[in-house]
Amino acid sequence: MRDTDAGTKDLALSDELHGEPLEIQMGPSHPATHGTVRISLKLDGERIVDCDIQVGYLHRGYEKECESGEWSQAVPYTDRLNYASPMINNVGFCLAAEKLFGITVPPRGQYIRTIASEISRLSDHFTCLGASAMELAAMTPFLYGVQAREHMWDLHEALCGARVTTNYVRIGGLQSDLPPGFVELCREKLRLALAIFADVDRLLTQNPIFRERMEGTGKLPAADLIAYGVTGPVLRAAGVGYDIRKAEPYLVYDQLDFDVPVGTTGDNYDRYLVRVEEVKQSARIIEQCLDNLPDGPVDVDDPRFRWPAKGKVFNRMEELIDQFKLVTEGMRPPAGEVYQAVEGANGELGFYLVSNGTGKPWKCRCRAPSFSNTHAMRDMVRGALLADIVPTFDMINMIGGECDR
Amino acid sequence: MSAEDPIDHPILVKLRDRFAEDVKAVHAWRGDLTAEVAPARLVEICLWLRDDAALAFDYLVDVTAVDYLGSTPRFELVYHMKSLTHGHRLRIKAKVSEDDARIPSVVSVWRGADWLERETWDLYGIRFEGHPDLRRIYLYEEFVGHPLRKDYPKERRQPLVTRADLDTPEVRRQEERDRARYGRWH
Repeated sequence: MRDTDAGTKDLALSDELHGEPLEIQMGPSHPATHGTVRISLKLDGERIVDCDIQVGYLHRGYEKECESGEWSQAVPYTDRLNYASPMINNVGFCLAAEKLFGITVPPRGQYIRTIASEISRLSDHFTCLGASAMELAAMTPFLYGVQAREHMWDLHEALCGARVTTNYVRIGGLQSDLPPGFVELCREKLRLALAIFADVDRLLTQNPIFRERMEGTGKLPAADLIAYGVTGPVLRAAGVGYDIRKAEPYLVYDQLDFDVPVGTTGDNYDRYLVRVEEVKQSARIIEQCLDNLPDGPVDVDDPRFRWPAKGKVFNRMEELIDQFKLVTEGMRPPAGEVYQAVEGANGELGFYLVSNGTGKPWKCRCRAPSFSNTHAMRDMVRGALLADIVPTFDMINMIGGECDR
Repeated sequence: MSAEDPIDHPILVKLRDRFAEDVKAVHAWRGDLTAEVAPARLVEICLWLRDDAALAFDYLVDVTAVDYLGSTPRFELVYHMKSLTHGHRLRIKAKVSEDDARIPSVVSVWRGADWLERETWDLYGIRFEGHPDLRRIYLYEEFVGHPLRKDYPKERRQPLVTRADLDTPEVRRQEERDRARYGRWH
């Protein structure tokens, strides 16, 4: 399992023995993959001669739906892209829209967005690491991972009332300020989740069976990963420290102290270790944001984007008109195009927005990290064993919602 | 497109110096460097952007298209790229017309373009010439039309694919092979 080079040599030898490789289908709904994907395999014994990865089973026409609504109506669709880390998608879309509109959210709003993003990153990593263990036949870490994730989703719930489909971040601000007692709740939930996660770490990191499956599998040189457009923990595990939070800081990441873990060998075990370390770094970021949370408004003070306070709407003429116009006409950006990227849990999550100056988006493109990462998987598993698909696919962490859009 | 930002950024200047009239328009609106190029020289330009040491756009971020229904040419291909060495970004655009909706593929420059171009073909119906395997990626082969085109109504229903539609020689051969190998009811 470890030595894929030797595997390729075996392949040439055994080709002469029996000519035709066995074709089998893995998926679209396979119990050992978390994600709906079909992998058409050509096998020689247990060796993968070639594979064709077919995505699209979760294609819901995200862009088409966005184009038929107003700008603000596109936000709920974004948290359905990566439902393991919905807040990062909300933040990414809203930052892109704000770049288009030319507005900046006040500091408190930016801090809360940073906290929300990191909560989502934690929930994504907990899901990924737990599910990976389950698919390698270790059920216990999965249950722990989900339990840790539940604490993160409790925080989502405290912020916006929903656990998965958050729609918390809005163009020009947030749905609402932090609820009372959130800072204490967040510290407590973070403590609980990290305590559970420490158990996952203890169960897996030095586990010989787990390491046997992860070490040396799914490797691809950094140059190939870049050629495929792979980003996120998979690229960082291969030694390329590209993290948009550091490379092109957005929100308040440039004011925070955190490290970007990078691996050396780029195998699945390194990808696992990078994610484990990122969990700790995300916790650090949240702690710093909670400590330095400034006071003040969370929304831009501009009636073109955020509704005026209800008391004013009911009692004053101007504010009533502002709200009426915002509801009936929507936000009107200038004509133009922007691209804004944020660091998603699996890599570069970008939004390319095109406006023709009306209240409806002309185009809302999402550059999904899972799409490019899944694309590269073919080269990662060719020549490897059939069983190596499972840990590799786990560490790619393809999220059907964003991959298939 | 308003030109509120200066467009004399060194990258855009260098691109215009090298490819002269084949760089048709540039802008840097909201800080996003953008250049529209002639589709015929797209591959050559992309190769140069990737291999020039000072530019080194080694990472193709995204490929997509925009349908400007009603204007000619109708489609605009959009390539986002980034240099992991230098950290800068660039957006390259190329226009293609509706009757001749095809453009050279850049898979030879960045391997990652493979799926991105397949997606653009699937949803916009733009052919990428020289693409090694231009199949639909999200939708099925029997799907009629390209849904992200602006003249494709959101509510349109697709005809059901029946067993007879799949009765092609290729499918039949595969079934015979399966039957020989696994028996009738595998």
